[in-house]
Parts: sequence; C-alpha cells; structure tokens
Amino acid sequence: MTKIAVQVDDLTVAYNYKPVLWDIDLEIPEGVLMAIVGPNGAGKSTLIKSILGILKPIAGSVTIYGKSYDKQRSLVAYVPQKGSVDWDFPTTALDVVTMGTYGSLGWIKRPRQKQKKVALEALEKVGMLAFKSRQISQLSGGQQQRIFLARALVQDASIYFMDEPFQGVDATTEIAIINILKELRKAGKTVIVVHHDLQTVPEYFDWVTFLNVKKIATGPVKDIFNDDNLTKTYGINYKVSIQK
Amino acid sequence: MDIQEYFSLVFSDYTLRTITLGTAILGAVTGMLGSFAVLRKQSLLGDAISHAALPGIAIAFLITGSKDSNTLLLGALVSGLIGTFWIRGIITKTHLKSDTALGLILSLFFGFGMLLLTFIQKQPNANQAGLDKYLFGQAATLVESDVWMMAIVTGICLFVLLLFWKEFKILLFDKDYAKTLGFNTKAIDILITSFIVLAIVLGLQTVGVVLMSAMLLAPAAAARQWTNSLGTMVFLAAIFGAFSGVFGTAISASQNNLSTGPVIVLVASFFVLISFIFSPSRGLLFKKIRFIKNRRDLELHKTLAFMYHIAETHDNISHPHEIKILNNFHGFTRATLNKLVGKNYVTLQGTTWCLTKEGFESAANLYNQLNRNDE
Repeated sequence: MTKIAVQVDDLTVAYNYKPVLWDIDLEIPEGVLMAIVGPNGAGKSTLIKSILGILKPIAGSVTIYGKSYDKQRSLVAYVPQKGSVDWDFPTTALDVVTMGTYGSLGWIKRPRQKQKKVALEALEKVGMLAFKSRQISQLSGGQQQRIFLARALVQDASIYFMDEPFQGVDATTEIAIINILKELRKAGKTVIVVHHDLQTVPEYFDWVTFLNVKKIATGPVKDIFNDDNLTKTYGINYKVSIQK
Repeated sequence: MDIQEYFSLVFSDYTLRTITLGTAILGAVTGMLGSFAVLRKQSLLGDAISHAALPGIAIAFLITGSKDSNTLLLGALVSGLIGTFWIRGIITKTHLKSDTALGLILSLFFGFGMLLLTFIQKQPNANQAGLDKYLFGQAATLVESDVWMMAIVTGICLFVLLLFWKEFKILLFDKDYAKTLGFNTKAIDILITSFIVLAIVLGLQTVGVVLMSAMLLAPAAAARQWTNSLGTMVFLAAIFGAFSGVFGTAISASQNNLSTGPVIVLVASFFVLISFIFSPSRGLLFKKIRFIKNRRDLELHKTLAFMYHIAETHDNISHPHEIKILNNFHGFTRATLNKLVGKNYVTLQGTTWCLTKEGFESAANLYNQLNRNDE
C-alpha cells in the first residue's frame, strides 16, 4: 500500500463567522500529482494555507507523513499565488530563488556559495538562468511564476503545494511548468496544485480533489473526474466534453 | 553666519558639532528603518507612532516633574509602543483597514496629548514651559548625552539589522512563505516595528511629533529610485537621511530664525524631488527621454517597413516615391524620411524618395526579427 503523504482530519476554517472549509477529511497518497478544483470561494487556497499553518483552523488536524507539520517542515515546499507579493520589491530573480534555502539555513546564517549554487541550478531547471540578475519587476508574469517554482525546487522537498501556478501564464510557461511537475512526480514527490482550468485536468494530473467548502470527492482522475462530481462541485449542470 | 562659516565652525564649536552629529545620526537611523516601513507599505505608521508618542511625553512630565529629555522620551517610547500595538490589534481583530486604524490611533493619541499639554500649561509651575517644543522639535536643545543615546541606539539597530538581514528581507517580500519555512514572522515583525518606534521617539526632540514621519519616509523614497537592491536602498536611505540632517542643520544655523526640524525635512524632500526626476532607471526625466526615443525609433521602423513593402512590389528597390504616397502615417513621415536619409537608408531625389540597397537590407532584417519574435 502506498504511504499517505498528507492527512487532513476534520479540518474546519472560518474567516470571521462564515466557514470557508467545513469538516474536511482528506488523504493524499505519496507520489500523486493532484489538482484541487472548485469554484471561486470554494476554499482551495485556504485548504493549502491551513495545511501549511499559515492560517489557523478552528478545528481539525493535519499530519505530514504521520507527524505534525512543525516537525516535517523540511519535507514541504510552497509556491504561493503570484499576486500575493509586491513584485516591485528591490531584489533580483536569483535572490528570490535563494530564499528557498532560508528554511534549511535557519536563523541568522547567511546563504553562501553552496546555497547560491543550488539556486542557480533551480533557475536553470525552470529556464530562467539568463534572467538571474534581472530585477523581479522586469520579469513577465510567466517568468515570475517560474521564479516562484524555482524557489520551491530549491527546498528539495518531498511534498509541493502550489497555489494556481498556471494563473496568467502563457502556453509556453504552462508547458514548462507542467513538465517540471511531472518530473517531480516521476522522482516520487507528491505535488498538490490548486487548479482552475478543468479542461486540462485529465491531461496534467493523475489525482483530483473536488472542493466546495466541503470535500466533494477525491481520488484518481480516471475514476472520479466525471460530470456527476463536477455538477456537485460547481452547482450547475456541468457537462464536460473532455476527451479522456 | 553663512554656510562657509558654518562648515569651518562645525568642527570646533561644541554646540554646532553636537547638533550636527545628532541630526546626522538621526537621519541615518530613520532612513535605514524607513526603508523597511516604505517597503512594507506602512509609510503612515511612522506618522501614527510619532503622534501617539505625545501623550507619553506629557504623562512622563506629570509623573516625574522633570524635563530631562531621556525621561520624557522614555514616556514617548511607552505610549508610541502602546499606540503601535493598538493599531496592530485593530487591524487583526476588526474588519477595519489599516489606514482607518492608523488614522484613529493617530488622532486619538494626539488629541489626548494636546489635552494634557494644555492642562500642564495651566499648572502654576514655572518648570512647565517648553514641553511644546516636542511638537515641532528643537535641535538646539540637543546635548552630548542625547547624541550618545542616538549613537548607541543606531549601533544596536545596525547590529540587529545585519544579524537578521535575511529574516527581515523575506518577511518584507513574502511573509506567508517565510512562515512556511519555519520563521516566527510575528517575532520578526515585532522586532522591526519596535525599532521603527525607537527611531521615531529618538527624533521627537529634534524634528518633533508633526514632521517626524517625513524623516522616516523621505530618505527611503528617494533611495528606492536609485537602486534595485534592498541592501543598497537601505544604505542610500541612511546616507540621504544623514545628509539631510547635516545640510538642514547647516542651513538653519546660517540663517536666523529658521527652525532646524522643518529645514531638515525640506532638505530630505529635496532629495526625493531630485531622485524622482533624475534617477536613471525610474526617474521621470529619463523615462520621458526613453519614451521619446523609443517612439522615434518605431516611427523610423514603420516608415522603413512601409517602403520595404512597396519595394517588394517593384522590380527596382530604389523606385522613387512621392511623399504623398508614403505619407500614410500621422504627420511624421517627412521628418522620419529625412532621418532615414541621414542614415543612408533613403535618398531624396528632387521631390521623390528612394529606398537604398542599404535601407532595403536593414528593413528586411527588421522584418525577419519581428517575425521571429512572433513565433
């Protein structure tokens, strides 16, 4: 039996009084490339942020390989939404990617040659080496997304959480990113992606979670990615004309 | 005393030296910390903190009856910190936005502070005069111990900044991400905010409650224009701040009746103005120049491309054309044609214009480049 990489039990999260996530139970097996899909406001980002401890849930617990997240930080990497930071911040692409090493460095210690080398390798992997000294505001949206991906790659984690990595990127970047994600899966990593484009789910992912405040369904794409679950999640009579 | 005299006196005259050193150090430390406030989009926090410090000064006086600046500034520190953490509290615990929280605390504390000041002034106590100097600051009251105090705080601040540089940077850029890496973002946040409060309180005696936030923002805003590196920005902000202090003091000392604080702030604002206009990458001037240059280049390319297109339909690439035919653009054809003549891409023969071989090749190149970019 495959190991469970991420286990979520009875997770409930609310902003103010309105629950955003209600009683979520979720098991994510090791080595899957999973999409989290659902309408706007379904709590997709919230789910990721709660698993990562950025948001504090009202109830419930999360374990990473059977232990609490605090103890397993080094196994987890995060790619936030591109829009969550100020890209006019005075720094370079290489510097942002180097931030991926900060966690393993811990407090006070500065990144050195070794960390810089790792960051450069990650930049090369996402095809951004030529832009290493570029001020980040002078990068296109797709390039910025690649920088974020490279920063997570630097962490060399076992589990990757990505919040809409395909948002606002062109086709070239989308293909580049999905190829890297597939490579990660091939290397036995678990990749969890908040995703919006339903058309590409069967092509990109092998596992899917339907979410709309409550968990609707989770499992292999080939078994559960169907009109029935889509309708339950999106509330309208959804017909996918997707070639499987 | 004129400026020259000031600079010859600054090394020998005790008072002048003390004040100059004090304002320079103050400018440096507020510039440094101001960079962080600006990058966190908390520019107005400085204003709120400095105003929130006022009741602390009054209360410290009421309790101790002393006008010793260290005592009063300790009071200012306490009430500044209380104000800051109330602001944080309001933002996190209620639905109010940060500008509302800042405005609320600013006016509440400042109002209370003014109330206390008027109350103190009505007291039959000869000692009470002079507290209101904290409103607009009075650099002339700086003594050596004040400068020492500033130097020590600046030293500590610099040390902490260098020690936690990486942590500060990642907090400023991406707080959530920093959290997932295991950094205690709340602690870093409190640390940096506390230093900002400390720097502001230090400046109250010199620049005063009302103008203090400018000391925080102006050097940082100016520095941001010149660099794309956080380290350089902090360094430049410190330099700009220090120079504002020195020049401000020099100007106010060389003219009668010019209060030092406001002059320092004006000098700092002058730095901002210069930076906004003349910075090479972000400045308005160079932006405009680049814009005009780019547009001219494009006009040239368009005209050249148009001639190239016509040339392709003729046997002879140098087939002459009347300007009427070429003038399919909006009034820039003659000027651009003349420029193209200057580049030997086009020749003028009487009233007709001909593409040269050189021009044809250049246009063909351009055309291929454009097509490549489309792919």
